[in-house]
Parts: sequence; structure tokens; C-alpha cells
Amino acid sequence: MPPRSSSPRALAVAVWLWVLLPFAYGSYELIRKATQLFTG
Amino acid sequence: MTFLDRSRTVAPPGWSRWLVPPAALAVHLSIGQAYAWSVFKPPLETSLGLSGTASALPFQLGIVMLGLSAAFGGTLVERNGPRWAMFVSLVCFSSGFLISALGAATHQFWLIVLGYGFVGGIGLGIGYISPVSTLMKWFPDRPGMATGIAIMGFGGGALIASPWSSQMLASFGGDKPDGDSGIALTFLVMGLAYAVFMSLGVLLVRVPPPDWKPDGWQPDPTRTRALITTADVSARNALRTPQFWCLWVVLCLNVTAGIGILEKAAPMIKDYFADTPAPVSVSAAAGFVALLSLANMTGRILWASTSDLIGRKSMYRIYLGVGALTYLALAHFGNDSKPLFIICALVILSFYGGGFATIPAYLKDLFGTYQVGAIHGRLLTAWSTAGVLGPLIVNRVADAQEQAGHSGPSLYTTSMYVMIGLLLVGFVANELVRPVNPRFHEPRPTAPEGNTAHAAPQQ
Repeated sequence: MPPRSSSPRALAVAVWLWVLLPFAYGSYELIRKATQLFTG
Repeated sequence: MTFLDRSRTVAPPGWSRWLVPPAALAVHLSIGQAYAWSVFKPPLETSLGLSGTASALPFQLGIVMLGLSAAFGGTLVERNGPRWAMFVSLVCFSSGFLISALGAATHQFWLIVLGYGFVGGIGLGIGYISPVSTLMKWFPDRPGMATGIAIMGFGGGALIASPWSSQMLASFGGDKPDGDSGIALTFLVMGLAYAVFMSLGVLLVRVPPPDWKPDGWQPDPTRTRALITTADVSARNALRTPQFWCLWVVLCLNVTAGIGILEKAAPMIKDYFADTPAPVSVSAAAGFVALLSLANMTGRILWASTSDLIGRKSMYRIYLGVGALTYLALAHFGNDSKPLFIICALVILSFYGGGFATIPAYLKDLFGTYQVGAIHGRLLTAWSTAGVLGPLIVNRVADAQEQAGHSGPSLYTTSMYVMIGLLLVGFVANELVRPVNPRFHEPRPTAPEGNTAHAAPQQ
């Protein structure tokens, strides 16, 4: 029988959001700047 | 200090290994800020009356300290565990900003050099290697992907810090001629925010129990016969093997080739197409540099994950062999077509990022997980060397060509052939990599490593 999970799904979602939200902000800003190559 | 001890970080039964990459990312996304230092250069030059060379000092010292602390602190990181290492990194990196805030507020530039460069640089080195061996112990089935995620985070750190610190400098008045208090406030907020953000890593990181394996996973015996060892080599012994030095050359030359493009990206694309019907504007060149950053970051996760499927040696054959061919295409046909130029540069930069992200898994294959973090730390001296070598080659050659009356693409042709030569030397060094002689292997441990938890955590 597999061991009972001691790391709830909510914790996993929260910690991934903790790192992915700032990363998404940085990526958005980067892509916005990168599009200048085709428009600038 | 018991909370930081390795024995207190052993995962309880049922702990998900997918909680470890966010812990690593919390550290790497923070310390990756180092590559956004250039945002602070113009405001510091204006408010403290510094030259461009002087304002680069905190960053340069930071990178030197990164290499030194990773090389000399690696054994301590292995001994004390990832939580201790992440905590040290948090304290040093945040304190670096707080000391810099004091320096900006009191007009003492030496405090910024000491804070950001020396103290913060120790945080960079210890933080960079802190999650490496832990991730590979949790993901023995996909070590390339696991370390690729963390090392991609280091690339991503600058993406976050660059727009964020620019916005703060503008909001606090740090970009004004007398903006020293605005710069100080920006440093202060960054120091505190990074302390909070990195604390997730300190709290969350766990090491697996000894001999833990993912459910149903067994090392592939066919690959074990090739380069992937099940034995362990200490950091001290690794330095005595030819394999370590072959990989040192491989990393150094792969990074040198990438920096060759990265260093001159904006002027290079403008020079290449200056005499064409479609010259490249300043803002388009800035967009090109941003696109290269994206390729560098994407290559870290993409190629490191691919190396789990095709093997590390084959992956470096691609980085170095295809990299050399791509440079050749750039040298010969780059100015014929803008899309071709852009694609070649993106491929080279993705290989540059991939080379960084794949090396920890290559080390793990050859030397085992025992002290792979410490071995990785020592190998990062190759990065420091390449950081000097790459810009030196490209700038020297471009300056010499300019003095000889050349312009446009011919400014860069010679340095591209130099890069091709370096990549071919790296290719040969990679071909020379063989399994480590068993006389360097550690004796098999007879007792578990200072912990009591044995139940298999959840995948």
C-alpha cells in the first residue's frame, strides 16, 4: 500500500504559485521587450 | 541551529518530491538577480559620480565571490545540508542589499562593493550549489530535468529583477540626479523582499532518506555499463580524475562560445545589417537581446531534460558540434538573411544555457551523488574563467578589426572562427570522457547517514 501523503495538494499549489507568479511577470515583461525586434 | 541540520531535513513518509523544485527555485530566482545589476549602474554613476568601470565593481566582485564560495564552500554545503546552505545564502544575499542600502544612503560606495559584491557574492555561490545534489537525489530518474529547473531559475531571476528594480527606482526617485535615497530605498526593499521569498526554500527543502528511490524505478543496466555510475567519488578525488578536467574544459569552452554572442549581441546585429535595406534600430536590437535571454533560459530546461533521454555525452556533442556548425553558418551566411542570423544566435544561446544546466547531471553520472554539489562548485571556476575569456576574445578581435578599417560583419568573422576552434577543442575533450577508474570510488557505506526516517516518500 502506498504511504499516506504528508504534503497536501494545497501546499503544492501554493508553493508552485509562489515561484511561478514572479516568473510569469518576468517572462511577460521579457516577451513584451522581445517583440520590439519585429516591431521596433 | 538544529532546525538547519541535515538530520532535521529528512523527508517524512509521504513527502512529495515535487515540493523540492519550488524550494530550489525560491533561491535561484532570487540570486539570479545578479544579472540585472546593470539596472543600478546609471543611477549609481549619476548620484555617486562614478565611472562605468567603478559602477561595475559590485557585480564583478559578486561573480568572483560566486566562483570562490561555490568552489571552497561546496564541501560545507554537502556536510551541513541544503537547508543550512539556503539559510546562509538568504542571510548573505539579503544582508548584501541592506549593507548596500546603507552605502547608498551615506554616499559610501565601498559599502556597496562590500555588501553587494563580497557578502552578497557569498550568498550567490552557496545558493547556486545549495539545491543541486538534493534535486538529483530526489530525481535519480530525471536528474537533468531537475537541475535544469533550478538553473533555469537562475536565468529567470534577472527577468524578474530587471523590470521590478527599474520600476522601484522610478517610483522612489532613484533615477533622479540626487536619487541616492531612492537607490537606498530600492536596495532596502529588495533585501527584505528577497529574504521573505527565499525563506520558502529554507522551510520547504527536504532530503530523501538514504537509499530512497522513486517507486518502481531501477537504474537502467544498459546505461549503467556506459557512463552512469552507481559508485561515489569524493570531491577531493574527483579533482584527481581526468574526467573532471575534461568537463572543466567542456564547460569553459561552451560558456566562452555563448558569451561571445551575448557580450556583443546588440552591436553585432546592428553591424551585420547596417548596410542592408532593412537596418536594425536600437529598440529592435534591445528586443534581440531579450530574445536571446529567452533562448538562454529555455535551453536550460529543454536541453537538460533532453539529456535525460539521449545521455549527457551525446547532449554535449550537440552543444559543441552543432554549436560549431551554427557558428560557421553565422560566419558565412549570417548577413544574407536576418531570420537565419536570429535563428543561429538563438540556437547558440540555447546551447549556452543548456551547457550550464546539464553539467550537474553529467557530474552525477560520472561521480555519483555523494559530493556532487561540492564537485559542481569546484567546476564553476570554469564559468569564472569563461566570463573573462569570452568577452576578451570578442572585444579584442572586434577592436583590432575596426582599427584595420573593417566594418559590418567582418568585425566579427575572426572571433567566430576562434569560437569554432574552441568548440571543436571542447568536442574533443567531451569525447575523451570515460567512466571513472574504480580506484577513485568511495568504499560502500555501512550505516545510514545520521537520520532515522526510512519510509519511502511519495513521488
